[in-house]
Amino acid sequence: MTSLLTPDTGFDVAAVRADFPVLQRVIHGKPLVYLDNASSSHKPRQVLDAEREFVEQHYSNVHRGVHTLSQEATDGYEAARSTVAAFLGAQHDEIVFTKNATEAYNLVAYSFGNAPVGSPFHLGPGDEVCVTEMEHHSNLVPWQMLCQRTGATLRWIGLTDEGRLDLSDLDELVNERTRMLAFTQVSNILGTENDVALLVAKARSVGAYTLVDGAQSAPHQVVDVHALGADFFVLTGHKMLGPSGVGVLWGRKELLDQMPPFLGGGSMIEVVQMGVSTYAAAPERFEAGTPVISQAVGLAAACDYLAAVGLDAVQAHEKTMTARLLDGLRSLPGASVLGPDTTEMRGSAVSFVVDGVHPHDVGQSLDDLGIAVRVGHHCAAPVCRRFGVPATARASSYLYNTEQEIDTLLEGITQVQAFWGTR
Amino acid sequence: MTSQAPSESMYQEIILDHYKQPHHKGLRDPFDVEVHHVNPTCGDEVTLRVKVDAGVVTDVSYDGQGCSISQASTSVMTDLVIGKPLPDALAGHEVFLALMQSRGTMEPDEDVLEDGIAFAGVSKYPARVKCALLGWMAWKDATAQAVAQEQEAS
Repeated sequence: MTSLLTPDTGFDVAAVRADFPVLQRVIHGKPLVYLDNASSSHKPRQVLDAEREFVEQHYSNVHRGVHTLSQEATDGYEAARSTVAAFLGAQHDEIVFTKNATEAYNLVAYSFGNAPVGSPFHLGPGDEVCVTEMEHHSNLVPWQMLCQRTGATLRWIGLTDEGRLDLSDLDELVNERTRMLAFTQVSNILGTENDVALLVAKARSVGAYTLVDGAQSAPHQVVDVHALGADFFVLTGHKMLGPSGVGVLWGRKELLDQMPPFLGGGSMIEVVQMGVSTYAAAPERFEAGTPVISQAVGLAAACDYLAAVGLDAVQAHEKTMTARLLDGLRSLPGASVLGPDTTEMRGSAVSFVVDGVHPHDVGQSLDDLGIAVRVGHHCAAPVCRRFGVPATARASSYLYNTEQEIDTLLEGITQVQAFWGTR
Repeated sequence: MTSQAPSESMYQEIILDHYKQPHHKGLRDPFDVEVHHVNPTCGDEVTLRVKVDAGVVTDVSYDGQGCSISQASTSVMTDLVIGKPLPDALAGHEVFLALMQSRGTMEPDEDVLEDGIAFAGVSKYPARVKCALLGWMAWKDATAQAVAQEQEAS
């Protein structure tokens, strides 16, 4: 990868693009402009090659056999864990592989729900879980379900009109009854980046655990989980150049080792008798059954790819495109942005509405031009309700996008307006 | 978005007309049953009322928000079912459903579907078929409830 870096900018988008075969696709006679990265990213050849090479040459089940392939597969899988750990500034055995980010939130919520009275993780009536109004459904619904099972109360931090967290009543919302504060680092719909340090400090001051949703941050910026100071951090592979089917829960080792299991089965046990079993230490405790083996290897290759390009360079490149998109939308009559209007404390996902044209029709008409954006509520329906829109269109750039593509999108929106007679 | 835009096979003039000027829109009294249907994947929603008298669909009124396809389809649907005997209206629903599931292979019958033939192109866009069916599904649900109510009362 180092050969792809140019010394003046440190980042060569043309060289990056050459690693992604799909970017050569032509859609309806137009070059593909893929701006749906907050939903799922594409994968470079290096990731595909790593996964294929592993499956073709080293694959077997892991942690089970004495034969050569079994050992090689186990080595590959555990090396992937080490790579992901290093990517996050974590320790090897603090990394739990899950099938996706959603399973990771559920893992923590169900584990807490399984904790007996007297356990530090136990919740009951009178206890509270606090989330935010900008959470993806995956970091909201599991906590609703936990509260319904345990009798705990769910509370949430609201939003300002600018799409930031409204922290004016934080002291009331996060209090001595709060057991967990779960929040996203970067919103998938508004693009807002939250002040993790402030929220973690507040939670810690009242003795609450913290879980940070990193699905939209880890792909785009340097994350050091120990520096963030939270107790849990979640990411998913498919949004960061890796395969679908693999997510990651990072948790403090001392917490993971005390928490009750979520799923039971093979691999997560210590001693199994007919009546009762004891459990392995983390991370195996939370990886019941045959894990996501080759996907973990692919994810590690994605971490290597991002590290080689340099996440600081990726973030700087995205900021340039995000600024261009925000400026363009601001000066486009009939278009408006939901969420922060500047790149300050903001990711690359930009939700917008076009007056008089439903987001689905915006998305369909942009597809005619080869432009892929996401439309709908983005699994964050409460945000749409908060801003009084049924849905939005969302453009989200990544390292392989270009400023020209942002211009193509902006021009495309004016063509959409012309087609729908709103311009 | 020139005249050759691929999605123009879906965005027929008839559909755009119904979208911009929907027929029978607005919730009205009297009604037998009111239902609320949503499309959970996209957030489109419709509130729909049905009045059935002596086996005839005497009124369908609705309010909702959604894309051009869902709004236009609901408008066309009201044209097709209001004033019709229930068996005819339900048969129209079956024909429209078959058209939507045809992936562009079915030649629609204008005598049966009237403006509904304009949705033939939608069937080539599987992601949008559920938009075209939102109002119909709400109508079918409300009508089934209205019929059940009538049977209980008699």
